[in-house]
Amino acid sequence: MLNKELKLSDKIFQDDIEQKPTRDGYGQGLLIAGEENSNVVVLCADLTESTRSEGFAKKWPERFFEIGVAEQNLATVAAGLGISGKIPFISSYAVFSPGRNWEQIRTTIAYNDSNVKIAGAHAGISVGPDGATHQAIEDIATMRVIANMKVFIPCDSVEAKKATVAAAKIYGPVYLRFGREKTPVFTSEETAFIPGKAEILWESRKPQTVIIGCGSLLYNALLAAKDLENDGIGTIVLNSHTIKPLDEKKIVEIAKKCGAVVSVEEHQVIGGLGGAIAEVLAKNYPAPMEFIGMQNVFGESGQPDELIEKYGMGVKDIKAAVKKVIKRKK
Amino acid sequence: MELHEDKIKYLEETANRIRQLIIETLVEAGSGHSAGPLGMADIFTALYFHVLRHDPKNPEWPDRDRLLLSNGHICPVRYAAMAYAGYFPIEELKTLRKINSRLQGHPHRTALPGVETTSGHLGSGLSQACGAALASRLDNRKNRIYCLMSDGEQDCGNTWEAAMFAAKYKLSNITAVIDRNNIQIDGFTENIMPLEPLRQKYESFNWHVLEINGHNFYQIIDAFNEAKVIHEMPTLIIAHITPGKGVSFMENDYAWHGKPPSKEEAGQALKELKSREREIRNSHNK
Repeated sequence: MLNKELKLSDKIFQDDIEQKPTRDGYGQGLLIAGEENSNVVVLCADLTESTRSEGFAKKWPERFFEIGVAEQNLATVAAGLGISGKIPFISSYAVFSPGRNWEQIRTTIAYNDSNVKIAGAHAGISVGPDGATHQAIEDIATMRVIANMKVFIPCDSVEAKKATVAAAKIYGPVYLRFGREKTPVFTSEETAFIPGKAEILWESRKPQTVIIGCGSLLYNALLAAKDLENDGIGTIVLNSHTIKPLDEKKIVEIAKKCGAVVSVEEHQVIGGLGGAIAEVLAKNYPAPMEFIGMQNVFGESGQPDELIEKYGMGVKDIKAAVKKVIKRKK
Repeated sequence: MELHEDKIKYLEETANRIRQLIIETLVEAGSGHSAGPLGMADIFTALYFHVLRHDPKNPEWPDRDRLLLSNGHICPVRYAAMAYAGYFPIEELKTLRKINSRLQGHPHRTALPGVETTSGHLGSGLSQACGAALASRLDNRKNRIYCLMSDGEQDCGNTWEAAMFAAKYKLSNITAVIDRNNIQIDGFTENIMPLEPLRQKYESFNWHVLEINGHNFYQIIDAFNEAKVIHEMPTLIIAHITPGKGVSFMENDYAWHGKPPSKEEAGQALKELKSREREIRNSHNK
């Protein structure tokens, strides 16, 4: 059953649950962060409207900088601002930033300890019709591998807003990952968001496995957990919105309790959330694990829901992975 | 500002001392670049001992001028100038490129106070200078942002992205300098990737461009002064530099781009530099 303490949306399993893209939450978060601290500035690479940087740009035009289609410059101008007392947020599609400008992010932002927040929009395969060129499915791996980088992946627009506001208050580089599509808003304003602290969204009485996810696919994980409970299979669903620093303590504790793990992410199964969990488990508590995500392939054009199904990240795939991992338990 | 002859003499002597420190530092380190640091010794001397508003005892002073070194590999000259200016003890130059040193092989901001940014991967310095210049503008600071670049890193797209950006935002608080010494690791710049006409390239990007002899203190200081009174445009100084300047057998030979002198070579280099030091003293005493 749902974790009551988190005060998730009242409409969580209803058909009329509110649907909003996580990037909307980024835009709202920028307005709050900008109000709270006049050192917050925003830079964008010719994608102001679609990254939802527009509201900030209109409200504080002198604190908004349009870089053009030049993501290396986006990262490095921000690095210069960040070492000069400003708190720059840089916005583009994740394929381009932090994709094209990875080395600049590594050296001028992370190693240089410049206070820059990197917002990657249109992440994951659910970008849809634009096809594989625009579907970032490697960004969690390429960001979490960098020392001194934090990685937040909000699960809905409300959490995205909280993550954006939180990032502005933390000194140092943060990567924030957002999606393009409208997805269910299943948390509420009152739901806790504490960087580095994973939250249990769902817990059955006798959980046989834990589903650890991030981003909007967590909603599929919840639907799967509900169905599985009806089938007599108990699970825990854990929202690991912070990939780095990962909530290792809670992950190990729950893995011990359940004895098996399924990771769920809209990302390559190599190097992402699943990889991060596997690293922690291998060291602390080896347990059978299944990985939901892109299986070492590129995406393609299509409707977001069609793509999620085709590439094995739908509710039925999560249910199948749970059943499979339970069978693997000794 | 009128430049008195004794000021020039002081700068020439200082540059000579800094060249000696570079040689001593490199031979101790056993690796690193020789030609670039020697070539830029006069510009660094002019900056640290005449142009920059800075305080070696208070490197975090918020209103200081910022000096961003984009081509971090010539950092021995920056370290030597900083030590000579009093940022840290000259003795510490011996730790360059060694374990547990604040003097990283390429400069690192959080390791050594006074190093304004981490650099060494080419092509990112001018953009960071743009960011620092925007921050100064937002904070109403009157300081200037200096960005030193190599000619080799004019190959990088990131450099030109920054050149466009600086002109768009009319960052007249930036003075950039290109170390135009015509060499990069693989050979002469015009063979590797032709840059000329470099002046016209920047002018067409809406920069104010000056060309100087990078070893003539009158020209160096005039150019830095002129940049301060240019409005609505960033300024670029193309400084024609003799790589390896001051050590006869290193001058204009790209083999010296990326290697340090041996003990014998360092001895020879120091002998030349000390003889030049005496010349400077005598010439001005006449």
